Amino acid sequence: MAADPTAVPGRPTDSTHHGRRVVVAWLVLSAIATPLVAIYVGPHIPPGNASVQGEGQTFDNQVMTAFVTPVLCLMAVFFGYGLIRFKARRSEALLDGPPIRDDAQIGFLWIVITTAMVLFLAGFGTYELLKDGAGGGQGPNPIAQPAGYKSAFQVQVVGQQWQFTYRYPSLGGMESNSLLLPADTLVELHVTSLDVVHSFWAVELGLKADANPGVDNVVYVKTRSPTTFHVRCAELCGLWHGYMFNNGRVVSSAQFASWAAQEQKIYASIKPFMDKSPGDGGAPYAHTYLPEPTRRAG
Amino acid sequence: MPIGVKLLLVAVVVVGAGVLIGFYVSNLTTLAGSPTYSVPVQKTGAHPVVDLELQTVAAVGPQLSRNPDWVSYLVKNSSGQWKRETVWDLPAHATIHVTIFNFDGASALRNPYYGRPQGMVGNRILVDGKPTDAVDPNEASHTFAVPALGLILAIPGVADDAKNQCGYAPCAMAHAHHTIKFTFHTTTPGHFRWQCFVPCAAGWIDGFGGPMQTIGYMDGFLNVKA
Amino acid sequence: MNQAAAPPSPPLWRRLLGFNVLTAVILGIGGWYLGWYGAHKIVAPSLDYFGDIDYNELSVYLAYIGGVLGFLVGLGFLNYPVRRLLGYPPSLREKETAGWSRYFGLCTDHKVVGIQYLWGIGLFFFIGGLNAMLIRTELLSPHHQAFPAGTYLTIVGMHGTMMMGIMTSGILGPFANYFVPIMLGARRMAFPRIEALTFWLLMAAGAVLTTTIFFGGFPTGWTGYAPLATESNPGLDNYVIFFALVGVSMTLLGLNMIATILTMRAPGLTWTRLPIFVWGVLSTAVLMVLAAPVLIATLGMVALDRTAQTSFFIPAAGGSNYLYENLFWIFGHPEVYVLALPGFAIVLELLPVFARKPLWGYRLAVAGLLGVSLLSWFVWQHHLFVSGINGDLRAFYMLSTELISIPTGITFLCGMMTLWRGNIRFTVPMLFVLAWFFNFLIGGLSGVFLSDVPSDVTTHGSFFSMAHFHYTIMGGLVFTFFAAIYYWVPKMTGWELNERLGKVHFWSMFLFFNLTFAPLFAVGFLGQPRRTPVYPNGLQFLNDWVSISAFCLGASMLVFLFNLVWSLAFVKKPAGANPWASRSIEFQLPSPVPVHNFDRIPVFSGDPYGYGEGPTPVAVPAGAPAGRE
Repeated sequence: MAADPTAVPGRPTDSTHHGRRVVVAWLVLSAIATPLVAIYVGPHIPPGNASVQGEGQTFDNQVMTAFVTPVLCLMAVFFGYGLIRFKARRSEALLDGPPIRDDAQIGFLWIVITTAMVLFLAGFGTYELLKDGAGGGQGPNPIAQPAGYKSAFQVQVVGQQWQFTYRYPSLGGMESNSLLLPADTLVELHVTSLDVVHSFWAVELGLKADANPGVDNVVYVKTRSPTTFHVRCAELCGLWHGYMFNNGRVVSSAQFASWAAQEQKIYASIKPFMDKSPGDGGAPYAHTYLPEPTRRAG
Repeated sequence: MPIGVKLLLVAVVVVGAGVLIGFYVSNLTTLAGSPTYSVPVQKTGAHPVVDLELQTVAAVGPQLSRNPDWVSYLVKNSSGQWKRETVWDLPAHATIHVTIFNFDGASALRNPYYGRPQGMVGNRILVDGKPTDAVDPNEASHTFAVPALGLILAIPGVADDAKNQCGYAPCAMAHAHHTIKFTFHTTTPGHFRWQCFVPCAAGWIDGFGGPMQTIGYMDGFLNVKA
Repeated sequence: MNQAAAPPSPPLWRRLLGFNVLTAVILGIGGWYLGWYGAHKIVAPSLDYFGDIDYNELSVYLAYIGGVLGFLVGLGFLNYPVRRLLGYPPSLREKETAGWSRYFGLCTDHKVVGIQYLWGIGLFFFIGGLNAMLIRTELLSPHHQAFPAGTYLTIVGMHGTMMMGIMTSGILGPFANYFVPIMLGARRMAFPRIEALTFWLLMAAGAVLTTTIFFGGFPTGWTGYAPLATESNPGLDNYVIFFALVGVSMTLLGLNMIATILTMRAPGLTWTRLPIFVWGVLSTAVLMVLAAPVLIATLGMVALDRTAQTSFFIPAAGGSNYLYENLFWIFGHPEVYVLALPGFAIVLELLPVFARKPLWGYRLAVAGLLGVSLLSWFVWQHHLFVSGINGDLRAFYMLSTELISIPTGITFLCGMMTLWRGNIRFTVPMLFVLAWFFNFLIGGLSGVFLSDVPSDVTTHGSFFSMAHFHYTIMGGLVFTFFAAIYYWVPKMTGWELNERLGKVHFWSMFLFFNLTFAPLFAVGFLGQPRRTPVYPNGLQFLNDWVSISAFCLGASMLVFLFNLVWSLAFVKKPAGANPWASRSIEFQLPSPVPVHNFDRIPVFSGDPYGYGEGPTPVAVPAGAPAGRE
């Protein structure tokens, strides 16, 4: 831009002068802040490492936090510098600045950089997603299947207004009000609903899958050492939506076996009234609707 | 316009807005709530004992509600009257003896597993005096469930061809009914919701509208107090 | 105008008679009862599917439809069609007079409609805000406390629906209606009666939603997911009617804006000379016209499911809840850009004035606005990342969602480069504009987390996403809404707003806005879902913190109200024609703008951003004398 007669007097007309300062300050600040954030903030972002999927999410959050730190630094430096340096003096409030209308290079550079960032983030997110499903509900035909999914331990999560029930096909279709999972095991959860839309959220495990009526929404989780976790409904489902929670536990396989034996005793008396268990030729997943949801007897 | 008139106008608008806001908020705090019934304690001390008598009716009747056809729980208060109050104060660490008179027909459970009574003493209930540890899910009329306490039980319905069925609440003991008895323990103080899991709201999709989603009919709270 | 001597004004009671808002309310109530009675006495027995249900859904629909029709008749919307049928000549004008009465009825002066919108939207914005205060009152305690469990959901739903419905017109209603014709050098909108209709439909809608509390409220939040919506109390019918009326209003408003911008530009006003605000309005209007009809159709299906036993959204009877979710978000995602884009436009319009520099990268900025508008159609399934609807498409929607960062980034770049080396004045509107950069940065970067499927799994449907969209919508729209108020209200009324009170308002609002919503990111990550009155005890400190700052945020709005009343009713300091030394054409006209805007249609010779480029005005009034139509 050539010398500019209307520019505010007493200010450098060379924009690279200001520009260089901001860029240098930004680079220095980013170089300091980004590793600090990545190392000290990133690993503490939930859901944490109670499950492999949760750990993947935390790593994902760590990477993205490191990624947005330079953006925040740029804004901080730019506005910190610009708003102080270019503040109008009271006597010159109505003087015009230099009439710079465009700069093709800056615009091009900006678009290239943002596009590159976006493509990287999308690619990285896709990789993280496809690796092991990332703990999200994938619908009836999951594509992001972790290694060894064919021998996964199966649990059905049945949502209804306003309670989750858990059904264990490998235990003869036994149902329980509690969710217990064996440790260090790949679990395949099949989430469904008997009425409206719910969402199964195992907070500390980093799992979330909507419970849709008549739909089998599959979500994978690889548990680690024994722990407890909260289960909450995360989709508004009516009056007691806020109260639709319980605790789940990841336990050792010995504890799991003894708990299952205990539950089987309770379950025994209602078993004759339940759908056929998978071992007796029944379907692995119950979609029991009694009575018909559209009408009510009597 | 003189300044006095302006000030007066502003004052009128502010007061008017205040009145409207007050009306709105007071409407909201009373909307779809239920009065609290403080259940009398039979035996006080470290381990109090409480008797709670409930009935479930197919239609609550015009005396007790603006929605006479809604299904509802009723509670018997200390003077022996049946009231539509579903928020109950109970003592902590207490033994609660519950009696439920069910005058409604069967609707069937959505999830048959809830036919298994759990969370009460002995994990079984008395149906007309007979110990029961599984209610046929197809015969279930209602449930009484406090999920946070692990308490759930299904209540069998009155047979469709039973004689002398109750039309509107309050129902008399001469009407056809089942009597369910069980005992459970309250724990630490807290605020626990209770609800019915049988889709018993006639006419609503999934049987879960109206009385199933309005406090004071098939839903309420146990206020467990120290 | 013929400056004939004003006739002696008739007594007050005579002036209350006629087609005005008073008549409209009376006829509205009459129509309501007619519909209620009709449904009960005539329609219901023949369509009685409901056995012994006490509420008759049809009667609620017919009552409100009757009420809205009565309201519109009372305002005089039928007069003109009837007059035309009787052979009277066509006219574009309705109540274009001076005096107070024109604000209380059907008026075709776009400036009157703009001011009507400002007050009407303000009213419902404050009702919505009051509901937010009630929500935070309930959340002071981790257990149930202030309101019955279902009522809490009704309050949440009313807050969300009111804000998402009424505030869609938050900037297009008052400011685009008022200033777009002026910026185009026109004297009216393309369809002046439709312009008035959009406003009065919105007012009727607001009344419909507020009265939901008399019908049991609704438990679904603003998203109204079926089949929960299908089994809800009749209060949900109010939600359906409200959003359908808002949808009609939005469609017509958008259509009117597009027609005006396409056809009514004055000579010399080429596409590259159009103020960026007009471009923002155009990109928003396109979204409104295309998105709102989807909503109307969807709500029609919900209404049929609830009244006529159809089963569009009832899975057990062959319907699909996914169908509802898809349709709703096909509307719903463009809808959130209907809220955000006018904010972008205000920011880019105001920055040159207060940085005293031309808008940097005009064409790039236009491309950015249109790019957001276009991309917003390809992202809706990110609301369904964990729903299991189509696992294969999640990677695509992750990419498309993140691509929106590019045009949004362009808006940031143009704004920042406009500030660069400017001569920045920190006036009240400028403070709100600068706050937009901060808020939308936080909102946008948190959006990157939500767009990333693995990260979204935990934050989906939690307070994290709630904090995110409050940063983008409240931080993006409401802050620019106030920027526009402080910038343009002096022009609209002719009186200055008190600057000191404005600064108190800004700083308290900015501070408490951030203190309110920043902690909610953490609350969401730690496991608190949206729309629940109960949460883990460990989160009480954060929630109480948020509640208390929310109350302070509410109090900052009272500062604004006080400023408005104080400055406009008591102090009445004349603002002058151009209080901000702006080059935009509306500031070359007297304040308030005269009834017919221009005596002569202006001829444009450049865009309004020529700061530092010499004293040439943006337009000269050298065209043909402005016709009387």
